Amino acid sequence: MSADPYVLRVNGRDHEVPDAHLGESLLWVLRERLGLPGSKNACEEGECGSCSVQVDGELVCSCLVLAASAVGREVITIEGLAPDGELADVQRAFVEAGAVQCGFCTPGLLMAVDTLLDADPSPDELTVREAISGNLCRCTGYGRILAAVEIAADLRREAS
Amino acid sequence: MTIARTLDDACAALAEHPQARLLAGGTDLMVGVNRGQVGLDHVVVLDRVDELRAWHRTGDDLLLGAGLTYADLGRGDLPGLLPALAQAARTVGSPQIRNAGTLGGNLATASPAGDTLPVLAALDATVLLRSATGSRELPLAGFVTGVKQNALEPDELIEAVRVPVLDGPQEFLKVGTRNAMVISVVSLALVVDRGGRGVRVGLGSVAPVPLRAAEAEAHLADHVGWDDGSPPAPDAVDRFVELVAGAARPIDDHRGSADYRRHAVGVLARRALHRAFPGGDR
Ligand SMILES: Cc1cc2nc3c(=O)[nH]c(=O)nc-3n(C[C@H](O)[C@H](O)[C@H](O)COP(=O)(O)OP(=O)(O)OC[C@H]3O[C@@H](n4cnc5c(N)ncnc54)[C@H](O)[C@@H]3O)c2cc1C
Repeated sequence: MSADPYVLRVNGRDHEVPDAHLGESLLWVLRERLGLPGSKNACEEGECGSCSVQVDGELVCSCLVLAASAVGREVITIEGLAPDGELADVQRAFVEAGAVQCGFCTPGLLMAVDTLLDADPSPDELTVREAISGNLCRCTGYGRILAAVEIAADLRREAS
Repeated sequence: MTIARTLDDACAALAEHPQARLLAGGTDLMVGVNRGQVGLDHVVVLDRVDELRAWHRTGDDLLLGAGLTYADLGRGDLPGLLPALAQAARTVGSPQIRNAGTLGGNLATASPAGDTLPVLAALDATVLLRSATGSRELPLAGFVTGVKQNALEPDELIEAVRVPVLDGPQEFLKVGTRNAMVISVVSLALVVDRGGRGVRVGLGSVAPVPLRAAEAEAHLADHVGWDDGSPPAPDAVDRFVELVAGAARPIDDHRGSADYRRHAVGVLARRALHRAFPGGDR
């Protein structure tokens, strides 16, 4: 069934979503209707975390959010982490640590780490592991990702 | 689509659209939608109903709104009041899933592996249902009627769950293939009620519906040193473990065999008992 047109607020901008179908996920609408393909589509069942975004500041899988139900919410995607085109602290840290291999999981992991560091500027390793437990990476073995989170935490603490 | 702001909104929308689907965190429903297994005609969105995302204490009872997320169950005073429920919530999925998934969604889905269900069984929870025409209450065993079957009428929603605040330790344990993002192969909740001099055990993933291990509970009540909190003697513990395993009615499936599940639930029973009454022989 088609839905009435609605407006989604993504990365601080209002986006009209015309001609949508009711059952479309936020992930689908971001990628296919709003031209924001940074959030990745893999499992579509919340297992892989590659579609992670922040909705009203909370980390969620955008594949499990009904797009039309997010009206009036603030959605932040990976495109919104570095709006000015300069890399965000978490992005710089991932580059520096070599935490990116194929890169498919990277946007979701960056959103998870960004959310974590907002809540806890100095997380211990167990906290980090739990915070990224919903983001699968099949390349790195996570070692360099954990190193990147440490660097990102340092960068963020220095900047604040 | 209706984005409900109040319980009355939600009930009115359900009355008006009998085919409507309730949407809370979406962590079960959207999986089906994405796979094309669930068609949506009308959706009633519950996640902005503040009444559903609140909890209250009245005397010795807690009323938990159906819209509380797993993250909510692990925050503030709730883990102190309902340790086993907080532990169960902590094991669900991932941070992403715990931020979205709700208590009411877990109940309505009524999966044998639903992680809150053995805890709610052990707590003798009551489920509060509401529709535009009235409200009613069901014990958990009356609400979960089979594998993914519940007693909801088409115009009803789950408003809240009522559970007691008990004096005594509580444990939730689950077996899965790893610590995160895992469906229970077996799960067990053990809650101690010092006031009532009883221990209650709820079992998950070992039957179509959550179970209580009634014989094991009755046996244990006579073997705990209630006055000094001393643990049961080793042979009483062995008997308890045997009775818990005997209460399970598991099946073979792709996650584990019935034999394995019976064994594993006994292991969890021993571990939970040891944690609740430390000092005894394992
Ligand atoms: C990756 C992943 C991991 C998971 N891990 C676990 C796990 O470890 N343990 C576990 O138990 N579950 C797990 N789940 C399942 C799911 O997260 C839970 O069952 C969750 O509690 C569902 O709640 P929800 O709010 O997301 O429900 P929704 O998906 O919004 O709804 C589920 C069903 O409940 C109905 N419903 C929702 N709220 C109400 C209400 N108030 N009244 C009446 N009906 C209602 C809906 O109509 C729908 O039929 C997992 C799911 C995913 C995707």
